[in-house]
Amino acid sequence: MLDIKSLSIGFSSYSFGLKKHTVLAIRSLDLSVSKKEVLAVVGQSGAGKSLLAHALLGILPRNASLSGDLTFKGKKLTPKDMALLRGREIALIPQSMTYLNPLLKVGVQIARAAELSGVSPKASWKATLEALRRYRLEEKIARRFPFQLSGGMARRILTATATIGKADLILADEPTNGLDQATAGETLGHLRGLADAGKAVLLITHDIEAALSIADRVTVFCGGVTVEEARASDFNGSGKLRHPYSRALWDALPGRGFVKSLPARSPISSSGGCPFIFFCEKSTPLCEGSLPGIKNLNQGCVRCHHA
Amino acid sequence: MNVHALLPMDRRSRTIAVILGCLALFACVFTGAWLYGDRGEVTALTLRKLPPSLQYPFGTDWLGRDMLARTLKGLRISLRVGLTAAGCSAGIALLLGLCAATLGRAVDAVITWLVDIAMATPHLVLLILISFACGGGEKGVIIAVAASHWPSLTRVIRAEVLALRSSEYIQLSRQLGKRPLYIARHHMLPHVLPQFMVGLLLLFPHAILHAAALTFLGFGMSPHTPAIGALLAESMRYLSMGLWWLAVAPGLTLVITVKAFDILGGNVRALLDPKTCRE
Amino acid sequence: MLEAKKVAFRYATDGPWLFQGLDIDIKPGEIVGLPGSSGKGKSTLAKTLAGYMKPHQGSIRIDGHPLQQKAFNPVQLLFQHPELAVNPRWKIKKLLAEAAAPSSDLLTELSIDESWMERYPHELSGGELQRVCLARALHPKTQYLLCDEMTSMLDALTQAIIWKAVLGIAKKRNLGLLVISHDSALISSLCRRTLDYFIQPV
Repeated sequence: MLDIKSLSIGFSSYSFGLKKHTVLAIRSLDLSVSKKEVLAVVGQSGAGKSLLAHALLGILPRNASLSGDLTFKGKKLTPKDMALLRGREIALIPQSMTYLNPLLKVGVQIARAAELSGVSPKASWKATLEALRRYRLEEKIARRFPFQLSGGMARRILTATATIGKADLILADEPTNGLDQATAGETLGHLRGLADAGKAVLLITHDIEAALSIADRVTVFCGGVTVEEARASDFNGSGKLRHPYSRALWDALPGRGFVKSLPARSPISSSGGCPFIFFCEKSTPLCEGSLPGIKNLNQGCVRCHHA
Repeated sequence: MNVHALLPMDRRSRTIAVILGCLALFACVFTGAWLYGDRGEVTALTLRKLPPSLQYPFGTDWLGRDMLARTLKGLRISLRVGLTAAGCSAGIALLLGLCAATLGRAVDAVITWLVDIAMATPHLVLLILISFACGGGEKGVIIAVAASHWPSLTRVIRAEVLALRSSEYIQLSRQLGKRPLYIARHHMLPHVLPQFMVGLLLLFPHAILHAAALTFLGFGMSPHTPAIGALLAESMRYLSMGLWWLAVAPGLTLVITVKAFDILGGNVRALLDPKTCRE
Repeated sequence: MLEAKKVAFRYATDGPWLFQGLDIDIKPGEIVGLPGSSGKGKSTLAKTLAGYMKPHQGSIRIDGHPLQQKAFNPVQLLFQHPELAVNPRWKIKKLLAEAAAPSSDLLTELSIDESWMERYPHELSGGELQRVCLARALHPKTQYLLCDEMTSMLDALTQAIIWKAVLGIAKKRNLGLLVISHDSALISSLCRRTLDYFIQPV
């Protein structure tokens, strides 16, 4: 469905006066997601995960520059296409209720989303009620305003809004932030359900446990670079993980090693090399100098000189 | 008009270019009126009702007066009136907004009530009443525009200060042992000042337009002053005779000037906001 | 010792109590956990303990003295969203120095990079900004740190890095810590003692 090869996103910004410099926020991102599949993108906070969603929707700020190959349903994607596909073929489930218009009844908002994605105005209300039923919401909820919803209901409304059209690729950006365990579980369940119904789901999150509960495959992201692509079942502590960063991330969970698992910090700095060099016990001058290429390994991929 | 398409640069260079362009435009108006403006008073009955030409780019009127000179002078008067009125209005707004947000509930209620009343009254009616009560003329127009344009900016400043007072970083600053004066000086002022500057810039076009409107309707400056409003009002009588340039040229320059202020305001805002200033 | 006796709080004067009759004590050097799901009043309790709000009943004392107004508060609070706890118009250098310029040792311990100093808060990631907030809160006069969901927006590795630094500093300075989180695994791996006021019986 979606195939991204060596995507990079940079920002040009001013330091002082008219002096400019470019910062690469995403250096090299590779991922692919197909039908009936949940792909989780996990990794460092601030590694540019949300930028990926913004790039796919074509809503990057103006000083951003994008390069790399994006293929959607076999066709090359340009930034112009993205703006056209947004909401129609690629839909976003946003982080929180603040993405709903506080002054409009939620039913109207869902119906509007349906119309934008090509449902005729006459059929849109019917589609809205159907969508509500699908997410176990009563019909009268359609006449409520966003502030009258509980956290869990708001989640279901957001999911309904994103999925009412014919979008085949669903992006979910940190969908479980700030939710209690029960609501988070329910939200994740909906995402799994969407994938089972034939859509492709891209789940962007920092919460690796949440991601593992529903994902088929996991793409691990560190310092603007994809370092590993693994099956979700590889995260089981049996040493199947391919990249040292994935292992460190997994071992740092509070239920596992937590602070005791932290390796010593090395003083080497990296600008062109491997992004994980600061913590890696295996790092060598080779890692410092060059970004490793992607290797296939045990039905996954890894970007490490030593794997 | 889409500035981004016209100037395909990044934000900071574009903003600076736009600001310089606007300033140059205003400088042209002022120096042009100073050098050239008096020619608008000279009647030349042999050169009556000439359409725009190279010698008279804006044409001449029914008394043979050069419309370019009259427009320049009119614009200068309008700008002066607009700037003074907008400045006074913004001053009132800053004072009332700060008072409403900091002096307790009773003051807040009174000021909010005043804002609501001023906003609920039709703008033009208020302008006409005040200008008429002040006896018209330049003074009347300035007072009327100044007294009727403060409510929206007052609201913005009040809301801004109220939101700031309850924000986490200001509460935290108190727990770090900082005095109210320090917080006002280092946290509040740098935040409110840009808002105020932008509000002021965006008030200019309103003030200029409304000053012109008052004069056009005959409640402002005397018909002998070539203010833009007066020029437009006069030209109405000659429109049906086919003297279209009498209305089009001054009207267009007024629109361009006003739009220049609007663009200036938007660009200054982008430059002052830390989120966008480095784009 | 940071001590709260029979504190109670509600937002409206006739509204429902968020909590009532709570007793809390945190000794220097102790790490206490406060688990519970969101929306139950944990954050309000933290704000009351840190002097942001006055409790409607009860008292909060440090070593027997009430909290001092208008002076540096030895009880410092850390928030879930560091980007709201900093002035967006200040550069990192100014932020850090608001109470007192942090020592270079502290900056190394929290791995705060020199190159951040000239940046604006929105140009740092959540984890980096949280470390800046920590450095600001770890003033020499700070005795107690209240961490309100401090790392719940961060990935596991960043979370572990931050807690390792905090635990080290707390041990060295004998700070009292209150860890507020919905993540029971985090609380049980950090704290020996937990307060179960906000855990509802199932």
